[in-house]
Amino acid sequence: MAKFKKKTNTKENIPTSALPDIIFMLLFFFMVTTVLRDQELLVEQKLPQATQLQKMEKKSLIKYLFVGKPKNTALYGTEPRIQANDVLINTSDILLWVSQEKDKLSEVERDQITVSMKADREVKMGPISDIQFELREADARKLMYASVGRVE
Amino acid sequence: MAGKRSRMVQEVNAGSMADIAFLLLIFFLVTTTIASDKGILNILPPKQDPNQPPPEVELNERNIFNILINANDQLLIEGEFRDNTEGLSADIKKFILNFGRPDEDAMSLFNSLPASLRSQAEADPNSSDYPGAGGAVVSIKTNRGTSYERYLEVLDLVKKAYFDIYAERVGITTDQYRALSSRDAAEKELMDRGKEGIPMAISIAEPDKIGSE
Repeated sequence: MAKFKKKTNTKENIPTSALPDIIFMLLFFFMVTTVLRDQELLVEQKLPQATQLQKMEKKSLIKYLFVGKPKNTALYGTEPRIQANDVLINTSDILLWVSQEKDKLSEVERDQITVSMKADREVKMGPISDIQFELREADARKLMYASVGRVE
Repeated sequence: MAGKRSRMVQEVNAGSMADIAFLLLIFFLVTTTIASDKGILNILPPKQDPNQPPPEVELNERNIFNILINANDQLLIEGEFRDNTEGLSADIKKFILNFGRPDEDAMSLFNSLPASLRSQAEADPNSSDYPGAGGAVVSIKTNRGTSYERYLEVLDLVKKAYFDIYAERVGITTDQYRALSSRDAAEKELMDRGKEGIPMAISIAEPDKIGSE
């Protein structure tokens, strides 16, 4: 026993004053890398699950359409609505929206525009196919059904 | 008293600083959502000209894999009623890989396939003629009352069948194949080799309005 006691005689304190700095560094890393949601959602969003997901390579080409039941049912009713850039639009407005979004892109990229449709899983195919029809009319034919990975 | 105090060497207790920083860190971790741009890509058909009716394409019934989904999310696959999607992907894969009446191009395509895929390929004359243009087409038709979730589930399975074939052709797993990026020249080559001659032929029909909403 005496043998062991000898070693513990010296009292050592680990300096913890550098710990906050390390944590702060982590904090800054997360603050810089994460992107805050820049749009307020006006519709309910519970994305469906899928397995065969693909990633888009150029993020600047993606434009988002949110489809779902409005959160404020008193004001907008319970039927699924489309949200584009902070406002709820009608199906007939999609044509205008696409051309506005296309104008924001450079000329060479215009035909590569990809619409990411973030539709709630409760939505029926009726409104979805109406949107698809309008997108065909607007010649924005690349469509992505946004979904989350299924855990198996 | 006050003077005595200020002369004392006082160290600010910095131990709780870490806790505060941790609290902030956890707050940011929880509140921020990393934007995910993942999904199932679909190319819509070009706009229809009202003055020009769509060209009549001669397609044999045996070359079309019919999937119908009704307003109750029930499936009718090749005339057969089904309640769930179990085994659907395997059926589609078998249908695509069928060489019922191959022409010359299809024969050379068949010969270019690796042995593992060739052993899966059948020659059922009642199923599709051959994969690729003019051959097998998977058709999905929904109702306006079909749920989006069910539609995506079926589309996902059709995509899975195709990706399985592509990946097996170049000898990698399906997950690896989907992760290939067209920016890298070597990866793009692999990608093109996978789908060469077997384009994704998925037809999404306009939903009908009967018995919905």
